[in-house]
Amino acid sequence: MQTPVISVENLKTHFFTRAGQVKSVDGISFHVNKGEVLGLVGESGSGKSVTGFSIMGLIDPPGRITDGSIRLNGKELVGLSDEEMRKVRGREVAMIFQDPMMTLNPVLRIDTQMIEAITAHEKVSDKAARARARDALAKVGIPSPDERLSAYPHQFSGGMRQRVAIATALLNSPSLIVCDEPTTALDVTIQSQILAEMQQLCAETGTALIWITHDLTVIAGLAQRVAVMYAGRIVETGPVDALLDAPIHPYTRGLLGSLPSAGVPGQPLAQIPGATPSLARLPPGCAFAPRCAFASDVCRTAAPESLSHGPDRAARCHHPLEAPKAAA
Amino acid sequence: MLAFILRRLGQATLVIGAMIVIVFFGVNVIGDPVYMLISPEMDQNAIESTKVALGLDKPIWEQFVYFVTGAVQGDLGRSFVHGEPAIKLILSRMPATMELALVALLMAIVIGLPLGVYAGLKPESRISKAIMAISILGFSLPTFWVGLMLIMFFSVMLGWLPATGRGDVVRVLGIETSLLSWQGWTFIALPALNLALLKISLVIRLARAGTREAALMDYVKFARAKGLAQSRIVGVHIMKNIMIPIVTVLGLEFGSLVAFSVVTETIFAWPGMGKLLLEAIQRLDRPVIVAYVMVVVVLFVVINLVVDVLYSILDPRVRLTEAKA
Repeated sequence: MQTPVISVENLKTHFFTRAGQVKSVDGISFHVNKGEVLGLVGESGSGKSVTGFSIMGLIDPPGRITDGSIRLNGKELVGLSDEEMRKVRGREVAMIFQDPMMTLNPVLRIDTQMIEAITAHEKVSDKAARARARDALAKVGIPSPDERLSAYPHQFSGGMRQRVAIATALLNSPSLIVCDEPTTALDVTIQSQILAEMQQLCAETGTALIWITHDLTVIAGLAQRVAVMYAGRIVETGPVDALLDAPIHPYTRGLLGSLPSAGVPGQPLAQIPGATPSLARLPPGCAFAPRCAFASDVCRTAAPESLSHGPDRAARCHHPLEAPKAAA
Repeated sequence: MLAFILRRLGQATLVIGAMIVIVFFGVNVIGDPVYMLISPEMDQNAIESTKVALGLDKPIWEQFVYFVTGAVQGDLGRSFVHGEPAIKLILSRMPATMELALVALLMAIVIGLPLGVYAGLKPESRISKAIMAISILGFSLPTFWVGLMLIMFFSVMLGWLPATGRGDVVRVLGIETSLLSWQGWTFIALPALNLALLKISLVIRLARAGTREAALMDYVKFARAKGLAQSRIVGVHIMKNIMIPIVTVLGLEFGSLVAFSVVTETIFAWPGMGKLLLEAIQRLDRPVIVAYVMVVVVLFVVINLVVDVLYSILDPRVRLTEAKA
């Protein structure tokens, strides 16, 4: 078995606020292999972005990683000094953000912002760095990259800016890119273009992706495996087709049922009742129990362990939905 | 860009024209300068001849036409008191004031910016809270009182710095300056600090607010995700963004530094325009008052233009050519 690009074990990232200890990420484990795309799905506040920032070492006080391990190509990232972590960021693992209008500094030219990403990690001449930046822009499909390098962010459209951000992330050929909802702010045609390009780039370079999103339709076309997060925990993982066809966890089924396309025209849209619980005051048992139609007494008192349901599939639930055929 | 500057110059001419009318008539309403100039023993004939000599016997509109004709040719009249051209008097005092204002501005940036950025980056630390407390003092203590305290502390008690005057000046290209000798700096240090105090506090506040806002922006997160060093993130990514409001405010404040250096110049006996203005007002020396106001108006207009141009350099989103008046 190959070593995964990234392997996260029992990661806990907690925020120590006045309202109490917020367990944004509470003991999650997953791995991503070379060239693989892992979809990290969940509602707002489920801890998916915090997971991404934990990997990047960008958790600021009052938050910190309290337990667990993050291994990038076998190297432990938890506990690295600021300077050691800085050397990893942007070089071995890069990140792309949700809002392309905000990720580029409005007062600096594109070339400045791309070249500095290279020179932060290597001693190269400005000319060589510029050439690399230009090639990266060309790779993500920006026309006349030479001219565009000298432009400012406001001279680009949203989709083009996200391409610039992607090109910047690719500059140092990282082995992993954490994508925090990078297509959410774009319209669907641009979204599908960018998804197709990301897919192709990963296949070419073997870069692994963690694709954080709440949009299951994006995951369906892009990821090989999916991890569904709820209240700081991964409640279900599995290969994308199997998980979407036959969800084991009631929450996953609720998510799928909430897609407008799944409803019957003319009927009220399905939704999961209630709202995500406050992470500072989680119920003692299963965090989803208060919203779950299948919840029983055991759900309200004991948190379910992660149980295997066939090859590569696992879920945290006392009452797993009808197990897929593979489990029989 | 050129079209923008030309249009702005056109507007500036209008502003200056309006100012001439307001100031000229405004000053003519207050008091009769002749009675300030004559000595009590003079008889009515002598008073009349003084009036004629100063041109005050003519009707006001005639005086105005005479004044404007002169002003267009660069002649703003003669000082009643000194008998010299008013503009020459002002300009001879201008370098001292400009020097004081420039050093004060420099102090505001050099002292205020690092303190403000620090307070913005670490808003919870004790040092930041101390910085903010001091900036409140800087805002609320009256300038004249702080000036007196500075003199008492640094000149009287410690004896480190001279209390008043400008010391020996060095002449460069016909302009007297005290910035080229160590002794000159000891003379300018206290008045400049006094004048700068309010602006330092202002810059601290602006820099802190700007830094706190910028530090939360996604582009700062993205810069961190690229693996940039903290010094580059603060020094380039944050700094360039917070400079936009700071340059605007400081640009406008520079005008007020010049115009309102009156108090500081009086306390420290600094021989600048402000002191001249005060003397002129006390003696109703109309031409000097008018000339002073004109100079300050022109100064404000020029500074505003410079700020607008600086703006376009700092913020690429600002396009001067597209600006509609």
